[in-house]
Amino acid sequence: MSEMSKIVRTIAAIVFPFIMIYGLYVIAHGHLTPGGGFQGGAIVASACALLLVAYGSMWTMRRIGEKRLSVFESIGAFFFIALALLGLFFGAVFFNNFLAGSSFLFGDIPMVGSNTGDMNTGGVLPLMNFAVGIKVVAGLFVIILVMAYASNHMEKKRGEKQG
Amino acid sequence: MIFNIPFIAVAALIIIGLYAVIFRKNLIKTVIGITIIESGVNLFLITLGYREGGVPPIYTNLPEDVSIPRGMVLPVPQALTLTSIVIGVAVLALMLSLVIHIYRVYGTLDVRRIRRLRE
Amino acid sequence: MTSIEYIIDHSPALIIAIPLLGAFLTPLVSRLGSRIRNVFVIIVAMLTAFLVFLLASDVFSDGIRTYIFGSQDLTTPVVRILFEVDGISIFMAIISVLLSLLAAIYSWSFMKKYDGLDKYYTLLLLMTAGMLGMELTGDMFNFFVFLEITSISSCALIAFWTHKGEAVEAGFKYIVVSAVGALFVLFAVALLYGQYNALNIATLANTIQYSFLDKIAFVLLITALGMKAGLVPMHMWLPDSYSQAPSSVTLILVGATQASLYGVFRMCFTLYGGVFADGILSSMTVGWFIVVLALVTILIGVTMAIIQTDFKRLIAYAAVAELGYMFLGIGVGLTAMGTSYGKTALDGGVFHILNDALDVGLLFLVAGSIYYATKERDLDRMGGLARNMRYTSMFFIIGLLAVAGMPPMNGFASKLLIYESTYQLSPILSIIAILSSILLLAVFVKVFHSVFMGPELPRFRDVQEVPRSMLLAMGIIALIIIVIGLIPGIVVENIVQPAANSLVNHLDYISHVISIGGV
Repeated sequence: MSEMSKIVRTIAAIVFPFIMIYGLYVIAHGHLTPGGGFQGGAIVASACALLLVAYGSMWTMRRIGEKRLSVFESIGAFFFIALALLGLFFGAVFFNNFLAGSSFLFGDIPMVGSNTGDMNTGGVLPLMNFAVGIKVVAGLFVIILVMAYASNHMEKKRGEKQG
Repeated sequence: MIFNIPFIAVAALIIIGLYAVIFRKNLIKTVIGITIIESGVNLFLITLGYREGGVPPIYTNLPEDVSIPRGMVLPVPQALTLTSIVIGVAVLALMLSLVIHIYRVYGTLDVRRIRRLRE
Repeated sequence: MTSIEYIIDHSPALIIAIPLLGAFLTPLVSRLGSRIRNVFVIIVAMLTAFLVFLLASDVFSDGIRTYIFGSQDLTTPVVRILFEVDGISIFMAIISVLLSLLAAIYSWSFMKKYDGLDKYYTLLLLMTAGMLGMELTGDMFNFFVFLEITSISSCALIAFWTHKGEAVEAGFKYIVVSAVGALFVLFAVALLYGQYNALNIATLANTIQYSFLDKIAFVLLITALGMKAGLVPMHMWLPDSYSQAPSSVTLILVGATQASLYGVFRMCFTLYGGVFADGILSSMTVGWFIVVLALVTILIGVTMAIIQTDFKRLIAYAAVAELGYMFLGIGVGLTAMGTSYGKTALDGGVFHILNDALDVGLLFLVAGSIYYATKERDLDRMGGLARNMRYTSMFFIIGLLAVAGMPPMNGFASKLLIYESTYQLSPILSIIAILSSILLLAVFVKVFHSVFMGPELPRFRDVQEVPRSMLLAMGIIALIIIVIGLIPGIVVENIVQPAANSLVNHLDYISHVISIGGV
């Protein structure tokens, strides 16, 4: 994909932070409202895809290397498994929710009845949502980026052949 | 009758998808066919979990007259569907990247012209 | 509680967690250097193998072991993920983990010259985790998830040499087959869930009614898993992917195929084990159906192997034929459920899974070594390689004798069990099976002659023996083949029979979950 017109680029740059914040909100409130790591991650990745469409794959590839994204993907997956393993060490079982009900991070007991939601609940679930979010953002974006880059590359080759 | 409509849609989607996978000659259409089958199966799962007049499965916010778990919409099929969608995304991405590679090597997407592996 | 007991208690979870953790750490570790990465991957595989063997010793002596994720007890309704390890699960897990460890060792030299190896090793470990998950899980949906993990990672590995059109084509074929198959499995899971409100295999097996919908689910499950295991009308993807994948990948792919075969076992004997009554889909009809398909599989595999000129493709068709022998074992076991020869057939079928993984795996590794040394796959253009590649040709002789079921090797022991029991069901079937086996020997003798014997070709004068890591991997397999061939009785008694017994006694599988609080 090549660069689009200046109007598109400007609008994309204005809209980008809003989509980003919405995606991060969905990730962070995964344990309270519908959504979670995957859904929020998909929203954030679509914000990045907007940049890709507007600014072209060459520009994006130069700014955000594909290598860096795969490192982030590994880190996200690593945190997820590591949290599950911590459940084995602090609780007694793999995937144990050892933070729930503790006075530490995210340890509150949820209120009963209709309420506005307490962020500080859920135990390891919000942390796992963050880990999944990192992985999904990096994973989905690297897929879109590499595919766009590859098809761009192919088009260019074909153009050279014809010309 | 009205409750059977989703199931009819499921059957239709799966059959259309299988038709596309088996009879279409274009690789992209094969990929689309698999995605259609997947939507059919996901629709089936989500329909199984639906209960008419059910409330969302949140224990702290139940109305007085709801019995657990009869009056709730089942949460498990939704979790299953979500997992299956995530897997579907991975499969779709993998298939499309293979299609890109095939196009790069053979210069076509017609299955009749890219079959080198015979016998 | 001693630390060993603690580790055994948690090993079902750790067996999945360690390869997964290793897989996601590999891209980070590979920044430190390729040698460190290779050592890291082999250590992860060895650690997993160690845990599997530890768990195996416990399961074979103390019986079924379960593990509940996230909590210490089951609550009703059962929505927790449950791992249930019985004889057949751990038997399959031993095979899978052995194959992936050997593939990791073999890849050290074999894949050295290619780039993108951090992704290769990530996928390798991911595939190991997927196979082990399929084999240890006690939950239908979890089975589907691990099936998909296995097929996604193995597809990416089949198409690893993306510059070759054939490899990508084989990978695409594989992913289409496995995506459709996995969606059928998911549909069947949904059918079962809709009726019984449970996903746990033991809970389902306890309450299953064998209604019309259950029969549809059964057919969908067996078709999809049989397709992934390479049963004949649906075997077309198998020779392509086996022959186009790098040899080290083909070795694990054998394990992945057998994990699907394990799925067929589990569904036939455990999930539907108690309800095969009379009617259209009784165990008799299903058994005969599988027997006939198995024989067709053997015949097609052998006859197609005769006409191949591509080395790996020929071995792949031989692998199809070997799959037929395993299905023959299951089929006879199902047809004659409850009789003594039915049990013998089942023993033979289960034993043959182990032998097939080793024999066919060894042949694929030899083919890979020859490709590594000569860059040649066409049988017509090879010859006289035994002069320069002594060890490899020795391993090939061991492999070909084992595949053809010649007496001193392990293949003989399991095939004899299958022949004996099939003979009691119907002599003609047994004769066809024996004749096919002899034909297989003829095929491989021809291959041996055209590859290793004959005059020295000037092109291959400078060919050298393959590096040590590849010899080590092949040597380990050859050693296991010979050891099993020398003491088949001990192996059958200690490993195979507990596995086959756990298939027959499906009530144990159910009652164990009920005893810890399931429905």
